[in-house]
Amino acid sequence: MVRIPDFKLAAFFAALSVCGLAGTQLWAESAGELQHNLDLIQQVGKEGQGHTAAVQALKMVGQSGPQELPAILASMKDDNPLADNWVRGAVDAIAERALASGTPLPLVELEAFIADHGHSPRSRRLAFEWLAKADESLSQSWIPKLLNDPSLELRREAVDDQLKKAAAAKEASNTEEAIRRFRTALNFARNVDQIDAATAPLRELGEEVDLPAHFGFITEWNLIGPFDNTDKSGFDHAFPPESKISLDATLVGKEGEVGWEVASTQDQYGLLDLNAALGKHKGSVAYAYTEFYSDQDRPVDLRLGCINANKIWLNGKLLTANHVYHAGRGIDQYVGKGQLEQGKNFILLKICQNEQEQSWAQDWGFQLRVCDDLGTAVHSTE
Amino acid sequence: MKLKLFLVAIVTLGFQMDAFAEWIQFRGASGQSASQTQGDLPTEWDTESNTNVAWRADLPGRGPSGPIVVDGRVIVCSSSGHDQSRLHVLCFDEASGDLRWHRQFWATGRTMTHPSSANAAPTPTTDGEAIYAFFSSNDLICLDLDGNLRWFRGLAYDFPKAGNDIGMSSSPVVADNTVVVQVENQGDSFVTAVDAETGETRWQTSRPESANWSSPLITQNSAGKSLVLLKSGEGLDAYDLHSGVRRWSYQADAGGIPSVAARPGEVLLPADGLTVLEIPSDGVTPQVRWSSNRLNPGPASPIVGNDEVYALNRAGVLTCASLEDGKVKWQLRLGGTFWATPVLAGDHIFCINDAGTAYVVKTGEKGEILAKNEIGQGVQGSPAVSGDGLFVRTDGALWKFSSAN
Repeated sequence: MVRIPDFKLAAFFAALSVCGLAGTQLWAESAGELQHNLDLIQQVGKEGQGHTAAVQALKMVGQSGPQELPAILASMKDDNPLADNWVRGAVDAIAERALASGTPLPLVELEAFIADHGHSPRSRRLAFEWLAKADESLSQSWIPKLLNDPSLELRREAVDDQLKKAAAAKEASNTEEAIRRFRTALNFARNVDQIDAATAPLRELGEEVDLPAHFGFITEWNLIGPFDNTDKSGFDHAFPPESKISLDATLVGKEGEVGWEVASTQDQYGLLDLNAALGKHKGSVAYAYTEFYSDQDRPVDLRLGCINANKIWLNGKLLTANHVYHAGRGIDQYVGKGQLEQGKNFILLKICQNEQEQSWAQDWGFQLRVCDDLGTAVHSTE
Repeated sequence: MKLKLFLVAIVTLGFQMDAFAEWIQFRGASGQSASQTQGDLPTEWDTESNTNVAWRADLPGRGPSGPIVVDGRVIVCSSSGHDQSRLHVLCFDEASGDLRWHRQFWATGRTMTHPSSANAAPTPTTDGEAIYAFFSSNDLICLDLDGNLRWFRGLAYDFPKAGNDIGMSSSPVVADNTVVVQVENQGDSFVTAVDAETGETRWQTSRPESANWSSPLITQNSAGKSLVLLKSGEGLDAYDLHSGVRRWSYQADAGGIPSVAARPGEVLLPADGLTVLEIPSDGVTPQVRWSSNRLNPGPASPIVGNDEVYALNRAGVLTCASLEDGKVKWQLRLGGTFWATPVLAGDHIFCINDAGTAYVVKTGEKGEILAKNEIGQGVQGSPAVSGDGLFVRTDGALWKFSSAN
């Protein structure tokens, strides 16, 4: 056995200690530098603001190793989607480079990141995507836990899983399980395609689905019109309903006196055809009005599908205005973000038809739903 | 850097060099949708037996966006997700078809399109050092050739009402370290020039607020100044690439889908059929050299080569005319609906309809259909020609057709 002199051992441990301190200091400097660069990336804004510094910062962040991925992901806060994309570019490059070179990703840390709802939905989704690329079976084990996830992208995975299992049960004539799983999928689905994918087989199996209620479509409205929109002049003209709503009032319209009338729709997606309700009027404006009750003050989305120019007001506040005619219509096409007040709220829509003569430019109508920012229906309490 | 200088030279110094050019933007370096060499491009192929199919790579999502080819890489864009909000930029090895890298982003603008289109409709462009990918959602992405993000712009933040829910498709162009995008719709409409290095805005100006799907083109006037040509339904405008000052305009009822082509001293404007304008000095209205309503491009843009111009109309009729005076030489009726601008390689024109039927037409005194090849998947993006390959993006895949090997 070789005996090491005590003074040599002391010198060795002293050197080790210095190295350790230096290493810790280097690590701290490195972590601080990384955070500084991530902070610079978060400063990017419209018209290229902050780009000069962020371009350099992104180069530095992109040189990080995979062990830094959780820290980099954590810089995504969802309040700056532009910066999220910058960070995503770095994350993808780092992770792809690591996997190509056989360097493992920090899977334990990525799983912990996904589990932490305190991180932004997009950052958790991105962590999940790299977990799936590194270890697909591990990512699969996560999917059933994501049904009610605040990330819609993660939630889709779980809903899709339910839909597949429901379809398999239906194929195997296990009707009870199929209905249960389709119901689960429907309850947690927030996107139209998945809602439709659950609704159709449920109805085939004899189940009732109230789609307008599931989406939160308003199906009964007070309408008044037509007012004049010749040469699209009505879009910016405030007709009387924009200053005062009196449902028993008679107003001067484009072609004579007009009054409020109740109209409802049976359409599964809440589409109300103004040509059918008010008659075909080109170059015209119609208003739709309803009262909506809430048991609390809360933020809300008013989501409109409309092929005509439109405006949405909530309690007299203009949420969105879109001077676009006949360029497509879809559910949630225009999103107005507003605030419901406890008690009675007032929703007013302005729907403008232009004078195009083409056969594809004749539709005049809208569909509006009330929901939270995830798309979960919010219903009037009265 | 050498590659960048070489490509800049191709774009800005001449239209005769594209025999050597890679396919760096929508309709190639010259914007004429033509390559002077035919190389090993096959006239016939079979996707069942893989005859003359060099490779095929599956793509995520969808997109009418066409491929570009640079430095041994084939770049293509795609969009996926229930709302087309996931943006993809993919890079494949030109020779093998192996995936080199794949980058994804989240759209920040409007993603709704007609079901036949997709968010990934514009074709990307490159200056040899970086790739500039643009989407209908008005997201502009710059990546280096190895897939490292340089910068990301969401132009919907600058112009919140920019968007067309049928979908937008104008492809970006780049020259002299300046990337130009044209966004015209019923809402916020503009042209923006951004610094290729940083993504910062150099200049921007308003454009007509009506739907327009045509793409800008960079050319030069006789004084050697770089001009950005922007076509709208109201005609053609030429802006100074570096300052954004409008140099001249030409009023015409020009429609909104096909794009202009150019050659030294001339612009081919799809208006009143096809109108050929002389590129004027600053402040002067262009003179019409000739105009022909027999050359009426449909969605496809005019193709220029071999001292001829070719136009493919909505009915699938391919017309060849003299570039000198517009006199029609021959016409051929092809089948189907065409969205993709055909490409001319040597004396062969490749015309691919939306059902994926590719007509190979031999030009000359009289046009002749040499072959009709079924790809088996829909095609909306314009093909690319580079080296020994014809690169076609279909609904679900990227293909390289070649008779090499």
